[in-house]
Amino acid sequence: MLRLALTLAAGLRRAPFAALPRCLSLLLVGLMAPAWASLPIEHWQQPSGARVYLVRSPSIPMLDVQVDFDAGLRREPAQQIGLASAMANLLSKGVLAHGQDGALDENAITEAWVDLGASFSASAGADRLSFSLRSLTDPVLLGKAVALAARQLGEPAFPAQVWRRERERYIADLKESYTRPASVAGRHYVKAIYGDHPYGHEMTEQTLQRISTEDMQRFYRAHVGACQARVSLVGDIDRAQADALVGQLLARLPQGPCGSGARLPAVAEVQPLRQPAQLRIAFKAAQARVLIGQPGFKRSDPDVFALTVGNYILGGGGFVSRLTRQVRELRGLSYSVYSYFSPGLHAGSFTIGLSTRPDQADQAVGVVYDVLRDFVEKGPSEQELREAQQSLIGGFVLRLDSNARLLENVANIAWHDLPLDYLSTWSAQVERLSTADIRAAFARKVQPDRMVTLVLGAGS
Amino acid sequence: MRFFWAKPSLWAVCALLVLGAPPVLAQPASAAAQRPVASAQQFVLSNGMTLMVSVNRRAPTAVHMLWLRVGSIDEVDGTSGVAHVVEHMMFKGTPSLAPGEYSKRIAALGGRDNAFTSRDATAYHQQIPAARLREVMELEADRFARNTWADEEFKREIEVIKEERRQRVDDSPRAQLYEIARAAMFTASPYRRPIIGWMNDLDAMTAQDVREFYKRWYAPANAAVVVAGDVDVDQVRQWAEQYYGAIPARAVPERKPRLEPPQSGPRRIEHRARSNQPYVSLMYKVPQLEAQALRQAELGPGTSRDALALTVLAAVLDGHSAARLDRALTQGERRLALRAGAFNGLYGRGPQVFVLDGVPADGVPAQQLMDALREQVGRIAREGVSEVELARVKTQWVASETYKRDALFSQANELGSNWLLGFPIDAGAVIVQHLRSITAQEVQSVAQRYFGDEQLTEAVLVPQAGTPSLPRRGGPGAGDTPAREH
Repeated sequence: MLRLALTLAAGLRRAPFAALPRCLSLLLVGLMAPAWASLPIEHWQQPSGARVYLVRSPSIPMLDVQVDFDAGLRREPAQQIGLASAMANLLSKGVLAHGQDGALDENAITEAWVDLGASFSASAGADRLSFSLRSLTDPVLLGKAVALAARQLGEPAFPAQVWRRERERYIADLKESYTRPASVAGRHYVKAIYGDHPYGHEMTEQTLQRISTEDMQRFYRAHVGACQARVSLVGDIDRAQADALVGQLLARLPQGPCGSGARLPAVAEVQPLRQPAQLRIAFKAAQARVLIGQPGFKRSDPDVFALTVGNYILGGGGFVSRLTRQVRELRGLSYSVYSYFSPGLHAGSFTIGLSTRPDQADQAVGVVYDVLRDFVEKGPSEQELREAQQSLIGGFVLRLDSNARLLENVANIAWHDLPLDYLSTWSAQVERLSTADIRAAFARKVQPDRMVTLVLGAGS
Repeated sequence: MRFFWAKPSLWAVCALLVLGAPPVLAQPASAAAQRPVASAQQFVLSNGMTLMVSVNRRAPTAVHMLWLRVGSIDEVDGTSGVAHVVEHMMFKGTPSLAPGEYSKRIAALGGRDNAFTSRDATAYHQQIPAARLREVMELEADRFARNTWADEEFKREIEVIKEERRQRVDDSPRAQLYEIARAAMFTASPYRRPIIGWMNDLDAMTAQDVREFYKRWYAPANAAVVVAGDVDVDQVRQWAEQYYGAIPARAVPERKPRLEPPQSGPRRIEHRARSNQPYVSLMYKVPQLEAQALRQAELGPGTSRDALALTVLAAVLDGHSAARLDRALTQGERRLALRAGAFNGLYGRGPQVFVLDGVPADGVPAQQLMDALREQVGRIAREGVSEVELARVKTQWVASETYKRDALFSQANELGSNWLLGFPIDAGAVIVQHLRSITAQEVQSVAQRYFGDEQLTEAVLVPQAGTPSLPRRGGPGAGDTPAREH
């Protein structure tokens, strides 16, 4: 999610679910895995209501912090798509004067971070607004970094003139994206999958024009308060230091209690497709783009392990997946073919994607459906499952061997309220799956006869 | 490392998407500044192959890489792209391993594998639980020495590679622009050819071309194995001798220098393509950091020191979003650019380039932005840079030294890159030391000396009329599809 969020922060590629899994498709997107031994996650709640998750990693004098709020794209008003991303971008473009502290413009903020050798950024994902802080743990530097981050969190200026400029850039990038086959295909596909659900909302020049900095200010105040924060920390810091640091970081946010009356309204669920859809879009390009899929499942779904391990076998496991073998290795049809689930607070898509020479598009679609139907009907073989388990469990340690990877996992646990021993029970969860479990889970969630099949730029 | 072009790791591709980096030449200047590799050791095996080991016990994992000193720079006309094709075919078997079996074995060990080809090198890498290192070394040594496949396998894989070319270049106007610009910039240097190869050369490539290239260059003395992670140096050394050291030694073919003749006048190319945004790139041939210079205690005046000063210049221009280019060109009501950047190549096996690039703001002619980019260097040539901005970029490099310790893969990558270029094993730390010694006067001096138009190639992407109709409906679009593994 972190990388997805950064992508969105760049303002260019607004692709909530289309972008994430492509990058993560070789990983277990749904699972976001575990630690080698029993990784101790310390967790507590501050008086403000903020939930804190800490993993101590003392070998390098550095600290990574992620703060998540329920202020992602799914909360944007339908008339103002782009608001969360734009707001996240503007959060580093100015802070207001407060007491002794003078106002800072975007360049003053950037220079302050560079001078600290640290970085701080905000980004909006489909579900989360995420702040990321990276600093050395030298007490003087870290103290200044936390103080500056607290100001950006608490007193954002949202300067209107910067937004006018950034909006121009967003619109120019949007227009550019209309010339790119992958972007155009993704735009149509997401709409077909999600319909009116916020996961399918499209940012356009019109929706951007409707966004003002006052809207950003309002959206921010409505969604960001200390009590809602999920704070994940990985680095060379102990619990007492972490507690003090988080307190300081959130001190300038509203401290009111998260009473039941203050809860945010529920967001509707993604609706399943009622019938299949064939989208053929004319486009002149060197390759046709193929996207096939449907709404998938929510992260809270009990089938999460079976679906994710099954997808590894189907099309998530790189060279050892069925799709790669049939489409690429045996037929040379595509450089890249993949499948992924993208579970979030709502049912993110299940998607199969590839690109191929225009005259081969129909053949490739046929091969994909053959592979998919066979997999859904019969499930994986015992040997395939054994190999997948061996690979996933054996490679479990690779998912947590840096602070950056640890943070991603800890923040995922924090966000989805996963049990604190999630990482240490992960391997057992994978181990206990049977081929029948996977087959049954796919039968519940994946319907090859009710999918969107999008082909952009096929030869006639 | 150069850009991960032909076969990037998944994460490298992701990084590119995130940064929205222009293709080929764009890379943060700080990429050159690397962390100290304090515990790394280097050995030469009995057959002339190099071994580099760096111990890092943070987690029970390891990175294993096989580096070959062969990339597209070693190709000749008519078979461009063959180094990259060899890389693909390395996954197609040995006498004891069926096609595709290699990746299966690595997966069974809990590992992830991939490979990449650059202008300068080919590298194969595996991230693995440290306890499985021995098996990985055995597998990698096997295909390094005995890669074998049937013509049928080649016929299928070359189609995959053509799809890769379509995906990376033929549907990307900026990638096309840089492909053409390099061909215009270099006359004799093999850097003029694209790593992935011209499509017609891929069409005409034969299995025999690929086998001959492999046989010619995949010799122990032309290779290095790099291991970083939770390992024991003596044990790694023993396994390396056992598996890699047993491969018979043979001579590495002599390389023709193929030096680029001096340029004496500006070159300009224009590329028209389906795009909505114009894009400009100014590419100046510049000197590079020589291996020899890094072996001296003091780095005196000369071209290597100039190369470092050029890297500092790029950082002063574009090291962060409050640096000179953004302040002057992309902020403010009457800005000239939507984006602007600067990058210095610093080192490599072939000639290096300093790039200024940008996307003009709406209604701004490409020429006006190009003039403005040059004027930013011109200002530094006239007025110099302040001590404050110099200190600022150096602070970034120093901090990044610590952050880099978080990523095992980049540590292994740095070691391989040092071997490739003949740099000392701790070159990363040495380079940062030298960068810190560059003065404001030196930055001003390189700004004065290297930005005339004698050495310049200008490349302009001109949006072509008749772009595909704008979709009126549809959800958020996907970014460019990142490549999968090899």
